[in-house]
Amino acid sequence: MSDRIYIFNRFNRFWHWSQAVLVISLLITGFEIHGTYSLFGFEKAVSYHTILAWSLIGLWAFSIFWLFTTGEWRQYIPTLEKVDAMVKYYVTGIFTHSPHPFRLTRLQKHNPLQRIAYLTVLSVIGPITWSTGLLYLFHDYWTEWGLRGFLVLEWVAFFHTMAAFMMLTFVIVHVYLITTGHTLTAHLKAMITGWEEVED
Amino acid sequence: MRTQRFRRRTLLPLFAFLGVLLPLLTTDLAAATDAAPAKPVKMNSTADHTKYEDLQQVFKSGPEVTKACLKCHTEAAGQIHRTKHWTWEFLNPENGQRLGKKNVMNNFCISISQNYSFCTGCHIGYGWKDKDFDFTSEVNVDCLACHDTTGSYKKPAGNAGNPVVGEPMEMPPGSGKMVKPVDLTKVAQKVGKTSRDNCGNCHFYGGGGDGVKHGDLDSSLASPDKELDVHMDATGLDFSCGTCHKTSSHDVPGSRYKPTAREQHSAYIRGKGEKVNPATCQACHGNKPHKSPILLKSARMNTHAEKMACQVCHIPAFARGGVPTKMSWDWSTAGQKGSDGKHMVKKDATGHVTYDTRKGDFALGHDVVPEYRWFNGDIKYTLLGDKVEKSDSPTPINRIDGSPTDGRSMIWPMKIMRGLQPFDPVNKTLVMPHVAGNDDIGYWKNLEWEKAIADGMRNVNAPFSGKVDFIKTEMYWPITHMVAPKEKVVSCTECHAADSRLKGLPGIYMPGHSAKGWLDIIGWLAALTALLGVLIHGAVRITLSLRKAG
Repeated sequence: MSDRIYIFNRFNRFWHWSQAVLVISLLITGFEIHGTYSLFGFEKAVSYHTILAWSLIGLWAFSIFWLFTTGEWRQYIPTLEKVDAMVKYYVTGIFTHSPHPFRLTRLQKHNPLQRIAYLTVLSVIGPITWSTGLLYLFHDYWTEWGLRGFLVLEWVAFFHTMAAFMMLTFVIVHVYLITTGHTLTAHLKAMITGWEEVED
Repeated sequence: MRTQRFRRRTLLPLFAFLGVLLPLLTTDLAAATDAAPAKPVKMNSTADHTKYEDLQQVFKSGPEVTKACLKCHTEAAGQIHRTKHWTWEFLNPENGQRLGKKNVMNNFCISISQNYSFCTGCHIGYGWKDKDFDFTSEVNVDCLACHDTTGSYKKPAGNAGNPVVGEPMEMPPGSGKMVKPVDLTKVAQKVGKTSRDNCGNCHFYGGGGDGVKHGDLDSSLASPDKELDVHMDATGLDFSCGTCHKTSSHDVPGSRYKPTAREQHSAYIRGKGEKVNPATCQACHGNKPHKSPILLKSARMNTHAEKMACQVCHIPAFARGGVPTKMSWDWSTAGQKGSDGKHMVKKDATGHVTYDTRKGDFALGHDVVPEYRWFNGDIKYTLLGDKVEKSDSPTPINRIDGSPTDGRSMIWPMKIMRGLQPFDPVNKTLVMPHVAGNDDIGYWKNLEWEKAIADGMRNVNAPFSGKVDFIKTEMYWPITHMVAPKEKVVSCTECHAADSRLKGLPGIYMPGHSAKGWLDIIGWLAALTALLGVLIHGAVRITLSLRKAG
């Protein structure tokens, strides 16, 4: 038998899906600007990338507000408890249909590996991306703001690209791990409806 | 009472009648006043030179015309004497080099030494036929070269800067080709402001033919459309050369010997910036010229303009008016005759000369994408007597200075003229051969380098060993004309791409072009590893599930 828990409220789902669309579009336009391929043309890619970037920054502002006002930020406090069990589960248990070592609840909707991964996205990959991205966007004002002597565009671009590769890697793994729930589509359904099916 | 009423009755219609008639009358009158000063008047000048008594005469030579001009324009010759158009000399205040056409060499026809009569067809004077020309003569100033408006004033090469007057002249002698005389009286009576045609008569034909030398100046600019030059557009803004090269006291600003490479100021109010070059783009447009309603876009464009000359984006190619320019000239192959033992000329499909017995091999180009260099305006010439070494890397005729870090440089588009030219392998110097001329020395007639070079070098008192070899040279020509309309500027991806116009230039980071290769390798490896990892993981899960189910 299975049970259902409401774990993703409406804003949480909106945040997730709009962020997904924005991040993927930013990766697509970003790698075009980077010179990996040509799709929209450099000038358009730059415009789209800029608009998408501002949208994502706006979304993040709301989500940070939401995280702190609802206390949801606690969902991202890292823990080492059961991390070894989680790793073991993904390496062996999942193949033998062993029971999932983590049982999610309303108050703990992320397993320990998710906590670490999402915290990394929110506190490392994200900030590197938007800080270097903003510097990049305002490159034209570096002289006025007295930054020209301290910053080199080459390295700002380097860290921005590095963060993009980290994000891309995260997205690939994240998309796969959707299929590792109670059923193949349990996690996906949860992020669409808000309700996660859990093993009884 | 009655009379009063009667009056009112009769006067009212009268007033009404007048009310209709008066406006009609006054308009008629106004038309008559307009027509009154019907006397035709010149609107582009306050003087009609056809009315000057001094110009009502048959002139037998150029100097006679000048003499008449100077009667009124008393200071003109003195002003001309101070310009490099007259002296063909320029002293570089930065490095003390004595430059100007009188002193420098190039890799076209090389130098004016002993070629005076030919080269000085483009001197604004009369009679410069050897090194003893009198530069203090006032009557030898040629007013007409720059002020003819008839288009009939010509100074053929080989006539020492004199027009053909009186009788037709056979040029060169014995060729059977007759040059028609110029009607100096008509030309003198029709003088006017200098136009593109006046400047173009020489500057379009530098290097001995249309478009040969500059690449961004040729006869297509006599009457260009907007596509070719947005400012000189003959049916639009119709700028003359002088609109930008704003001249005072006959001294035309804008120098190739000491160009202004970087201007960091807003636009000048004319008259306020006497000490600055009025011919730069920034002189009118300022240094933050881009305006866009899109957030941050103007700033982004203007930042481009901090490192790049306007010309980089706004002149997508040179020689784009249909006239090709010479890109290289190999003198070392000159002298080969045809099977008939005579001089020969080879032409390409479009009829342009690619080989000439007298001159060697040429490569021509049109719609040429410039090469780009950091440039701060400092140019050092390789002058006669400067040591040169024959090697695989070309000897610079003019060495341009610049770097991304000197704080004075901008990226500039360049035409780089390449070639092989004669030099003295013993004294290790470039040489000045006597090429043109209908004598038994000039190379073009006799095809003997030793004799031709000895003569040219003797004339300037320079040593010559008698040995001749050929050396690779290159010469830089900053590109600044043929400004395209804004819809036709260089697009982003012509630079922001792997195969960039700016490829190889130091000191720039361009997204889309200059990313670090190793970051890409690590980044893509990480992404690929993740992808493979999840695919394998998934495959194992599927396989095991199927086995269990089966």
